Amino acid sequence: MTTTDTARTPGVQGVALRAGLYRGAIETRMALTNPLEAIGFVGVPVIMAVVLLFMRGHTVPGTDFSLGAMVLPGLIGMAVAFGGLTAPAERLATEREDGTLLRAKATPHGMTAYMVGKIVYVLLTTAVSMVVLLLPALLVWDDLRLGEPRSWLLLVMVFVLGMVATTPMGLALGALFKSTMQAGLLTLMSMGVIVVSGIFYPITALPGWLQVVGQALPFYWLGLGARSALLPPEMVAVEIGESWRTVEMFAVLGAWAVLGLVLAPILLRRMARRESGSAVAERRQKFLSRGY
Amino acid sequence: MLAGCVSRPRLFDMDASSDIMAYRKVATRCSIPAMSGGESTTSARPAAADGAADVVLDVRDLRMRYGTKDVLEGVTFTATRGEVVALLGPNGAGKTTTIEILEGFRARSAGEVSVLGVDPAHADEDWRARVGFVLQSWRDHARWRVREVLDYLSRFYAPYSTPGRTRPWPTDDLLALVGLTDHAHQMISTLSGGQRRRLDVAIGIVGLPELIFLDEPTAGFDPQARRDFHELVHRLADFESATILLTTHDLAEAEKLADRILILADGRIIADGSPDELAQQMATATEVRWTAGGERHVHAVHDEDATRFVRRLLASDEEVTDLEVRRGTLEDTYLALVHRIETGQHEQKETVR
Repeated sequence: MTTTDTARTPGVQGVALRAGLYRGAIETRMALTNPLEAIGFVGVPVIMAVVLLFMRGHTVPGTDFSLGAMVLPGLIGMAVAFGGLTAPAERLATEREDGTLLRAKATPHGMTAYMVGKIVYVLLTTAVSMVVLLLPALLVWDDLRLGEPRSWLLLVMVFVLGMVATTPMGLALGALFKSTMQAGLLTLMSMGVIVVSGIFYPITALPGWLQVVGQALPFYWLGLGARSALLPPEMVAVEIGESWRTVEMFAVLGAWAVLGLVLAPILLRRMARRESGSAVAERRQKFLSRGY
Repeated sequence: MLAGCVSRPRLFDMDASSDIMAYRKVATRCSIPAMSGGESTTSARPAAADGAADVVLDVRDLRMRYGTKDVLEGVTFTATRGEVVALLGPNGAGKTTTIEILEGFRARSAGEVSVLGVDPAHADEDWRARVGFVLQSWRDHARWRVREVLDYLSRFYAPYSTPGRTRPWPTDDLLALVGLTDHAHQMISTLSGGQRRRLDVAIGIVGLPELIFLDEPTAGFDPQARRDFHELVHRLADFESATILLTTHDLAEAEKLADRILILADGRIIADGSPDELAQQMATATEVRWTAGGERHVHAVHDEDATRFVRRLLASDEEVTDLEVRRGTLEDTYLALVHRIETGQHEQKETVR
């Protein structure tokens, strides 16, 4: 038996790609059918719906615009940011710890399929959580521009660009984490970032330096993009420069996309190279000794 | 020299319906040290004609240094096709490091390593398709079903089928082989420790590997699972001509499974030979116990044939009763060797072969 027997087999990449799609489908199905994870998808929209019902009659001060309707588009933007950035980073850290990545490494082209699967999973679950968030939007149909094709086109663009801007970055961050603990910190920090991203109140209400911090991260721009798609034109008054800044949004998200696409392959390759049985055993030992 | 013949028990009722079980080969492995010069017998296997092509593992002067600490100081050994090699050694001896270098998971400091004719440090995906890794699993794929994960992993191997080796192993046959047919639709997180380990083995061999790395494969097995696993290992070696390198702390297991045993201590291979060769040629003490004059005596025979000692004993003392002669086991050999190394008597290092 020599290497030439099996070397350069045609179709290997195709097989890995198809296996990755299969993997992504299985992971998505599990995410949607697992009660704990499903709460993540259904819970937020349900809370949002309840909030909207209770806040009926409350309006943005000085206008007759529903307060709940103002917040909803920003949350849709956050669904993209969390689905694309935080979720894959956390998943990657978890699956390195539990040995899934090592299995992928031990399989021919397994890493390729793993990454394809992860991207499919991220795209599908994020799309689902966006759609589910649009359901409570029906309660405030009149306040939002849901009837206009322009809104939907913008939403789809925010989703697509948002995914390209966040997913590679999320995977790159996940490759950097040494434990699920660190990934948990990212989730906490992401929640902190919401505060400076103009979701629940206008970013213009924040001190200048916090506005700078918020605008450096994709979270703010994803929220702004979703607001520009769904809020009526007069709501632009509370935004920076009284503009939706669509060009700037594409520019900043595009920059994050480029950064992620450059960093991800480098960091993922480095991570894959370091994966070994003893590395997994060591993480397992650490996990068991801290007891959670 | 019948003592040198090891007849392996085989399980043929494992799954009579599977086609791989359709033929049986009754192989009795005889390793006769005096005649073979320590080379383990490969003649029982097919396609052993070309000796050079049959070397699957070739490790020469392998060295590994972490910082200023030398973990491996010149490890040298080979393994041929279909050979089962057990790597033993005390904790921290460098077993895991050695295996991970051979697996291509770790870069070495120096030395030459060839695994299936390829340097694992530069191995590609095609090479991976020919190697099986039985990893210590923990919680990975916890929510996948047993069948799902085998189906998924088997997909990768289809392009690597060769005329002599149809890849992957059909999932149904594989499930039957490791006794998980009844658990095919169970979620992996609900499997018992032993079942989970059997799944690890199934995953490790799904691509019909030519070489299999087994890192403490039977940790947590009950005696029945252990026996089944041993039979599976023999099957893989004999019927699929897989070369198997395993680590274990269970010396009885090594004795049963391995054609050859390597003992790694202090960063070196300090013994290399069949279990019988090690026990016989390492001249570990044979223990002779007897009762004479109401007293129990124990004598360790080191330098001579125990039979001669006993003959002398019986001739000189007619009171001897309750005679017991116990030859050194692999465990004795192992402990003696490792002790010798650990007390720093390097110059007495002996290598069988």
